[in-house]
Amino acid sequence: MNRVQRRRFAQATAFALLAFATFLILAIMVGIISFVASQGIGAISWEFLTAFPRSGMTEGGIFPAIVGTFYLAMGTTLISLPLGVFAAIYLVEYSYQGRLIRLIRIGINNLAGVPSIVFGLFGLALFVRHLGLGVSLLSGSLTLAFFVLPLVIRASEEALLAVPQGFREGALALGATKWQSVYTVVLPTAVPAILTGGILALGIAAGQTAPIIFTAAAFFTPRLPDSIFSPIMALPFHIYVMASESAHFAVTRHLQFGTALVLLAIVFGINITAIIIRSQMRKRRRW
Amino acid sequence: MTNKQTSLFRRKLHERTIKYFFFACAATSIVVLFFIAIFLFHEGVGVFRVVEITDFLSGRRWAPARVQPILGILPMLLGSLFVTVGAMIVAVPLGLSAAVYIAEIAPPKIKNPIKSAIELLAGIPSVVYGFIGLVFLVPWLQETFNLPTGFTALTGSLLLGVMAVPIIASISEDAIYAVPRDFREASYALGATKWQTITRAVLPASISGISAAIILGGMSRVIGETMTVLMVTGNAPIIPDSICSFLRPVRTMTASVALEMGEAAKGGIHYSALFAIGLVLFTITFLLNLIADFILHRYKEAQKR
Amino acid sequence: MSATMLTVKELNFYYSKTQVLRDVNIEIPGNEVTAIIGPSGCGKSSFLKALNRLYEIIPGARVTGEIIYNGGNLLSRDVDVVGLRKEIGMVFQRPNPFPKSIYANVAYGPRLHGVKRKELDRIVEESLRKAGLWDEVKDKLNKSGLDLSGGEQQRLCIARCLAVEPKIILMDEPCSALDPIATAKIEDLIYNLKQDYTVIIVTHNMQQAARVSDKTAVFLTGGKMVEYGETVKIFENPENKIVEDYITGKFG
Repeated sequence: MNRVQRRRFAQATAFALLAFATFLILAIMVGIISFVASQGIGAISWEFLTAFPRSGMTEGGIFPAIVGTFYLAMGTTLISLPLGVFAAIYLVEYSYQGRLIRLIRIGINNLAGVPSIVFGLFGLALFVRHLGLGVSLLSGSLTLAFFVLPLVIRASEEALLAVPQGFREGALALGATKWQSVYTVVLPTAVPAILTGGILALGIAAGQTAPIIFTAAAFFTPRLPDSIFSPIMALPFHIYVMASESAHFAVTRHLQFGTALVLLAIVFGINITAIIIRSQMRKRRRW
Repeated sequence: MTNKQTSLFRRKLHERTIKYFFFACAATSIVVLFFIAIFLFHEGVGVFRVVEITDFLSGRRWAPARVQPILGILPMLLGSLFVTVGAMIVAVPLGLSAAVYIAEIAPPKIKNPIKSAIELLAGIPSVVYGFIGLVFLVPWLQETFNLPTGFTALTGSLLLGVMAVPIIASISEDAIYAVPRDFREASYALGATKWQTITRAVLPASISGISAAIILGGMSRVIGETMTVLMVTGNAPIIPDSICSFLRPVRTMTASVALEMGEAAKGGIHYSALFAIGLVLFTITFLLNLIADFILHRYKEAQKR
Repeated sequence: MSATMLTVKELNFYYSKTQVLRDVNIEIPGNEVTAIIGPSGCGKSSFLKALNRLYEIIPGARVTGEIIYNGGNLLSRDVDVVGLRKEIGMVFQRPNPFPKSIYANVAYGPRLHGVKRKELDRIVEESLRKAGLWDEVKDKLNKSGLDLSGGEQQRLCIARCLAVEPKIILMDEPCSALDPIATAKIEDLIYNLKQDYTVIIVTHNMQQAARVSDKTAVFLTGGKMVEYGETVKIFENPENKIVEDYITGKFG
């Protein structure tokens, strides 16, 4: 081989390896999904989705865990979305570069890096014990809300930054105050993108286990949660309990697969919705 | 004051109130971070009345439930380290390859679908990884390597490695994407191939962003990951001391907390020791994040010039 | 000769440490069109942003000097900026209609300032007529402002500006993003606007300045105003050699 051929060969090999690695990752993903789907689909029935667990959680359905996860995700989003959007409004619309802003940004970045189990400890110490909220939907939602907050802030910041500066100038030049320009022009323009961030937060909250083990989750509840102070069942925790902690783990495999499939379907459903909204938005955007 | 001045004054007050309200919301993150540190410390400090902090960190035995508890977390510290190193060996090559492939090589048509797919992969809950590890990887490893148990550090490393791929890939891809076109054009103009351009011009220019990705997305996430390791690594508090330890059970700091908090009496020494582990975890990830933040900040400053 | 509308005294403009305007002194007459011309980077856009204090939203931007308007210095701290911007409107380089309906775009300003709903229809129609857009859009007022062509968008922005009944209209290269036909329409419009308004237009297009303006100020790189006077005189018989070189295209 001459030099040119050698270089071409090296490049072809390298590219092939990179492509292989990328598709290996995709293959792993497809493998995980199809594995869970094929093993879990048999367990899915109307009863499985709408009934309570029976016989020491070896039979029956996962209805309370679905409801609990739904409540938890909603509670988390209701708390974190406004807080995150307001924080992003400050960072994008009101602040100029400075020490304080740098400090706040370091705070957000570091909060994003705090391990989920540490959030669980924090929630246990502050919400469950110190504030006396107990192991409850509220404690879990608050804990998860702070867990997803950095993500909501970043998504909202991106949404606001994507609003053209001309809209702000136009509003201000017409005699709008700062807040009026934000409220009447910037925010409405950014809403779809902000919602995408909110949906992503919903998906993350639905899938988390570690932050809720000490703050919200119960092995089993005989009733659906009747207030924000009730402990709840949740799909991720239910999977963990059935697969790792239960004495009957071997005989309930099909139920575990079924639960995992339901959880995956919910999380993917949420994420795919967000991805679709985002791509539609990019297509329709005209500024 | 005239009417006009009053309304002007009221409007300014109104605007200022709104601004301070938003500021308070923005400051929440840092307040929460501060509160996390305070509460971990407050709940965890009790353990240091029983055990010296150095003994706590370097003690080789963990037997918290005894009447005279022995509280050494070295097995868990090393456990976390082992699992993390293993996971990085899996995740860094895969994640970087994917980032380079997506940013530089992939045909435009499949670029976005691949990115979306990797984003979806990032959305798979850790408990699902743990579950798949439990029902698939654990028995498979046991048979393949003829081990007494498939619950090993390696099992955890493989799963965490796959979990860390999407985040490493996406942060690295951003870093590669941020490399100015001129770099590439200059390289091509000198007669370099695409591959030479990638390895000699693009990757060196994005090295800060990539290392931040590895620290932040990789190490920090993996050390803090709980459910997956809890479900597949066997959780035996044995000190891993050689490469062979990858094929033996291991226990991480995160798993200890999740596993034992249920049985620890509120306010007792055990409870306090678990919070102290939380504090150690928090400190490690905090430092890793600061380092990554520093690298990224310096990199951005350098780019401005 | 019309009465003086704005008197600019010793105006300096800085972005952080870079100075973009140096000791600018100029008297702008009412009900006339004043053009500001000069090469790019001479600070002409910054000059406009000082007049309605829009520079305040740019981090690091700072001005010194005085701009006398209505007997007071509009740069002084206790001026009501919102009230000021109602009286000194602005049209931007790139048309920037809000992503709202045509009607909502024009009604935006009046609504902010508390105009009663009953009067909105009249204001919207009047403003669109003045901007020469009414006949084109009267049947699609509920369509998005972004559906219009570039030239129509810019006229919509002018209508939006007129709806708050300003006394002065600042125009920052309003035609630079438009084709020649759309440009001609806007130029006609500017010519008609001076009956009711004072117009200050920044442009890098010298023919445009010559066509639409009564007075012209020439800014040169470094932010100095080198000559100011009747447009006819500036273009036919400039006093300053550098201005002559600039006008005749020897540089810039």
